[in-house]
Amino acid sequence: MNFDYNEEQQLLADSVRRFVQKDYGFEARKRIVASRDGCSAQVWSTFAEMGLLGIPFPAELGGFGGGAIDLMSAMEAIGEALVVEPFLATVGLGAQLVARGGSAAQKKAILPAVIEGRMKMAFAQTERGARYDLARVATSARRAGEVWVLEGDKRMVLGAPLADKLVVSARTSGKPADQQGISLFLVDREAAGVSLRPYVTLDETRAADVVLQAVEVGADALIGKEGEALALIEEVVDYATALLCAEALGAMKYANDATLEYLKTRKQFGVPIGTFQALQHRMVDMVIAAEQARSMACLACAKVDGETDARERKRLVSAAKVRIADACRHVSQESIQLHGGMGMTEEMKVSHTFRRLTMIGQQFGDAEHHLERFAALERG
Amino acid sequence: MDLNYSAEELAFRDEVRGWLAANLPEDLRRKIAEYEHLSKDDLLRWHRILAKQGWVAPSWPKEWGGTGWNVVERYIFEEECGYAGTPPLVPFGLMMCAPVLLRFGTEAQKKRFLPRIYDGDDFWCQGYSEPGSGSDLASLKTRAVRQGDRYVVSGQKIWTTLAHYADWIFCLVRTDPGTAKRQEGISFLLIDMKSPGITVRPLILMDGGHEVNEVFFEDVEVPVENLVHEEGKGWTVAKYLLGHERMNTGRIGASKRELAKLKEFAAAQVNHGRPMTDDVRFRDKLSRVEIELTALEITNLRFLDQLRRTGQPPGAEVSMLKIKGTEIQQALSELMMQAAGPLAQPFRPVDGGDGFEAFTAALAPRYCNMRKTTIYAGSNEIQRNIISKMTLGL
Repeated sequence: MNFDYNEEQQLLADSVRRFVQKDYGFEARKRIVASRDGCSAQVWSTFAEMGLLGIPFPAELGGFGGGAIDLMSAMEAIGEALVVEPFLATVGLGAQLVARGGSAAQKKAILPAVIEGRMKMAFAQTERGARYDLARVATSARRAGEVWVLEGDKRMVLGAPLADKLVVSARTSGKPADQQGISLFLVDREAAGVSLRPYVTLDETRAADVVLQAVEVGADALIGKEGEALALIEEVVDYATALLCAEALGAMKYANDATLEYLKTRKQFGVPIGTFQALQHRMVDMVIAAEQARSMACLACAKVDGETDARERKRLVSAAKVRIADACRHVSQESIQLHGGMGMTEEMKVSHTFRRLTMIGQQFGDAEHHLERFAALERG
Repeated sequence: MDLNYSAEELAFRDEVRGWLAANLPEDLRRKIAEYEHLSKDDLLRWHRILAKQGWVAPSWPKEWGGTGWNVVERYIFEEECGYAGTPPLVPFGLMMCAPVLLRFGTEAQKKRFLPRIYDGDDFWCQGYSEPGSGSDLASLKTRAVRQGDRYVVSGQKIWTTLAHYADWIFCLVRTDPGTAKRQEGISFLLIDMKSPGITVRPLILMDGGHEVNEVFFEDVEVPVENLVHEEGKGWTVAKYLLGHERMNTGRIGASKRELAKLKEFAAAQVNHGRPMTDDVRFRDKLSRVEIELTALEITNLRFLDQLRRTGQPPGAEVSMLKIKGTEIQQALSELMMQAAGPLAQPFRPVDGGDGFEAFTAALAPRYCNMRKTTIYAGSNEIQRNIISKMTLGL
């Protein structure tokens, strides 16, 4: 039993933390958000330079061969600074699908470019009406001689406007919601027939709906075995969920730190409002919620790679996401309430943290979705 | 980062678990499992089984019978006892009076009292709270006046757990009512419960159980050698005990056992022709408690790990464990009652009790009883005050 980060993890965390403290302050972030792409090339190349983009990928391709635990502390720093660059979309989802399910040739073509910061990725999965059900895929891929032809409409594809390559889930057989028959394809974002409806999400990241009309890809674009992608999708979304849990810790830390500071400095009735017991107890409950969330993020990051039984992995990740989602909601709502009117304004970083925490609560499944999955796995 | 116990710790856990399985008497195990009342004899029987094994006072120094276990081993032992469902060790002698004597007592006091605490020869209770002094303990009024080689004690204590079983009571009393600060002028006295002038009156709780009492003192004579530490320094002693909190305050082991029982029980209860565990509204509550308990167990291990590394005594961490642990205990007892539905309404039989379902009838009283957990040992509001002050600096 040991809850410390090891030396390498600590070094990485320190360098990420130093970087975001120095170059990713609230004002710097505002400029990035307001820029055309809503993403900084400079920040991305710094991530590559510090090795952050290679942590979870194989050493022989230029990575570090690390697990979710190795990224946990970096994710906290990313969460605390409200980083908007598509780190999770690229490292946690798109490239992760290739690393875990791709052929040797696909890995060689993709992963070094990702690790060096030359390629960003996104995972086009969600569809209208699918909510968080990963098996509900209606987008189709049919074989036409030597090529696959993709047709479909993907929603809320995180990081899509910034991505060079998309991983698209599509049905090669069966009906929507069938467990079998889902396949994954590598698609150039610029490929003919791919069109995007880009937007800014509530938490100021870039995403898009992706429409696929007669998009042709070669046989070498198929990731893994035809029709058997669901297990891989679940594994990778669980992995990204574990990282997201760690990211949430950072955002909650900011919300709690900022709120505590406000309680100590804001005066009413001639005294700091932190002297009022009604507010003290609410602050304590926010801190307890964050501690409980931290415990579950540790569990998720430790088990998402280490747990060989997929059923147990899913159960634990869902348990973590329930606790994290509840804590995100609790901490974010209270942080605004305790900041009073100021917390409502765009000027305060805490309102942006609120927006991020609100989105994290829903991302990859809200508390209710994961409660259902947790209980269903219990019953068998 | 590694969330698992080491091989040595796992071996230790297995040793404890195996020993408990072999040595916890079946009738006591059953009484705990079925929420039955434990007699003084039940409590002492288990105490003596552990004493014989040398495990009754793990945290004491070795020369007085301690085991020499480290903080993690002590935690594992206590949680395993909770998980196995042993009777509780009554803490007033072993975990409260003894640490005070070890820190502040004279050699004569240690020699006189510690072996008898260890062997279960003296049953202790705690005289802190008074009718006017609950959370605000320093306002206590029970008076002790020095007259030659004795103190004469008058006043009243309340919420005195198991005073009706006790041979001795340790008390906070006011020896000097004229001090500028209320915390001064308080002393720590050991009082023989057989002393003339002591009256114990039961306070029956809403579940019908007799756990707590009022204790009245009318000119009770106490030899001065029963004073612990200096006269007027009782508050220092009381504060020392607060810093002597244990890391099993969250009662993870016992709650894991209750959770397993709840799942089994709820699965056997039928609602609309289906098990209660298929009822979405019930099941979501059950899942949330289970997740909260999983989180608390890891939080507890995180604190332990930190404690082991820094060597610091636990502080506000214990308050957090108390708040969450008691909320979970209450939620579990409430869900157990809810799972039983209408069958939880019978309370006690009036005519012999043939065919009376004692187990389901015990669930609602248990729910009633567990409301105490967020009130006792420093109410959860007081715990929040502690965290607010110690951790947050508010």
